[in-house]
Amino acid sequence: MEPLDIELDEGELELPAEPMHLNMGPSHPAMHGTVRMVLELSGETIAKVDVQVGYLHRGFEKMCERGTWAQVFPYVDRLNYVSPMLNNVGYALAVEKMCGIAVPERCQWYRMALGELARISDHLTCDGAMAMELGAFTPFLWFIKAREMVWDILEEETGARLTHSFGRIGGMAEPPTPDFKKLCLAALPEILHVVEEGERMLLNNRIFLDRLENVGPISKADAVALGWTGPCLRATGVSYDIRKAHPYLKYDEVDFEVPVGTKGDTLDRFLVRLGEIRQSKRIIEQSLARMADSGPVNCDDPRVVLPPKSEVYTTIEATIQHFKLIMEGAKVPAGECYSYTEAGNGELGYYLVSDGSGTPYRVRIRPPCFQIVGGVSKLIEGRMLADIVPTFGSLNMIGGECDH
Amino acid sequence: MSQLALDKLKERFGTAILETHSNYGDDTALVDAAQWKAIGKFLREDPALDFDLPVDLCGVDFPNRLPRMEVVLHLYSIARHHRVRVKARVGDEDMDGAELDSLVSIWPGLNWLEREVFDMSGVRFRGHPDLRRILMYPEFEGHPLQRTYPADRTQPLVPYRTEDEAGMPLNKLEPFGHDEGMPFGRQGPHPRAEDN
Repeated sequence: MEPLDIELDEGELELPAEPMHLNMGPSHPAMHGTVRMVLELSGETIAKVDVQVGYLHRGFEKMCERGTWAQVFPYVDRLNYVSPMLNNVGYALAVEKMCGIAVPERCQWYRMALGELARISDHLTCDGAMAMELGAFTPFLWFIKAREMVWDILEEETGARLTHSFGRIGGMAEPPTPDFKKLCLAALPEILHVVEEGERMLLNNRIFLDRLENVGPISKADAVALGWTGPCLRATGVSYDIRKAHPYLKYDEVDFEVPVGTKGDTLDRFLVRLGEIRQSKRIIEQSLARMADSGPVNCDDPRVVLPPKSEVYTTIEATIQHFKLIMEGAKVPAGECYSYTEAGNGELGYYLVSDGSGTPYRVRIRPPCFQIVGGVSKLIEGRMLADIVPTFGSLNMIGGECDH
Repeated sequence: MSQLALDKLKERFGTAILETHSNYGDDTALVDAAQWKAIGKFLREDPALDFDLPVDLCGVDFPNRLPRMEVVLHLYSIARHHRVRVKARVGDEDMDGAELDSLVSIWPGLNWLEREVFDMSGVRFRGHPDLRRILMYPEFEGHPLQRTYPADRTQPLVPYRTEDEAGMPLNKLEPFGHDEGMPFGRQGPHPRAEDN
């Protein structure tokens, strides 16, 4: 376009300008309620940003030092509250690694199926919320409709929609319900159908694509050096997925792919999550096919697993065992151990230190979000103010996890 | 995990590697705090080790042992698929001298983690670009993840309302007792009861 014919000496005049400071959050709808960004703006361009977290800090690690090992489960539910099952299973695996116990095969398949359901709900929430923050409210409602289907299954299995506290050291709280397989197999195609509808609506929309493409890109090397893991790292093209790189449970026996992006921009992160929903569906179907319909779910180790209630009320041995496990807690051998699983946002690590008693000496959680949010300033500095919303939305920052 | 990393560390740094173990398959090296940065640089730059992903950094407090605070660093190599845990111990009983060199120049991802360890455990990182509290508020006193910090201590930014101010009995309960939720084996005298 031809420049307008303006008088040069007037155009060259510099207007007195000083950077403007703007507070975004913590109660901004796109900041998920828990992050504050102090922006230094030059016009609409972000010159500098200070990201401040901690508004949802609840002293999780300190609280864990007060109870028994089993009492940590309700706390880990509230880390990534969109996919609490993955946190539960991650913590259970960490304690089991220290105790040197292995859960029965049926339980492993069950954990995988539930975990992948939780992953679907995690990715649906992230992609849906991101679309909503960009003004696309209908796909958000559709994705949430699909998430409701996941949560209906989880509610049927665990009794709770959000914070299940369903994991146990050495097993799960309950065996699968008789209808579990039927429910999953009925819901999965429907979920995928809804996702495809929402996807068609978004990915054919020029405005939506323009706001995502080439916004907030990050290179492979930068993402790794920042400690990124999970879908955000895979969007840059690094195919690091713990389920493939260091399989736990039965992930080495199922067939699935790791979707990766190329540019590491916001659109790639969006697409990687959608791709993972499809892979999760494959994993669930294979897990259900191989999960036995009967058999034990909890391991047979009276030192960590609670006896059945019917026995607690009728036999003295089970009463004592129950009392010891509740009042003193399962004893975990002294030592330190780091156990890691692939959660919705990346590597969820538990670094446990035990002094051999029934109480954890130290429970350190490595929340994937924390480092991802730590890299936000690198993504948005030098960009426009409006780019914050899609960029930040695509990182799936979960306050409970990031702020411990 | 990587036995190779431990072997290479021992070969290169000798006596600065104080202890190693591989319990639960996690290869661990306890290193001299003075060599913290040199060891970090070596782990990052040695082509056979190539630890490029800073996984985690945290502090574990052992108040009955000197040096008291253990700073634990977990590393991973994307290309070589191996992990290592490096630990250093710093600080006397009052946490004096709890200082380590910052590794932010080697792994930028440690920026927030070092801030967190400073905030929660009270270890200062020399050369950190921006060592502020991250999870707690600036007015907060003390470091909550030190074992000596009482779990039931509260530091409200706005003081609680007193009965005089309210003009009526409030019947407020304390947030939680010092023994609440603790198994029998862990109950003991209240940490602050001894002062009175």
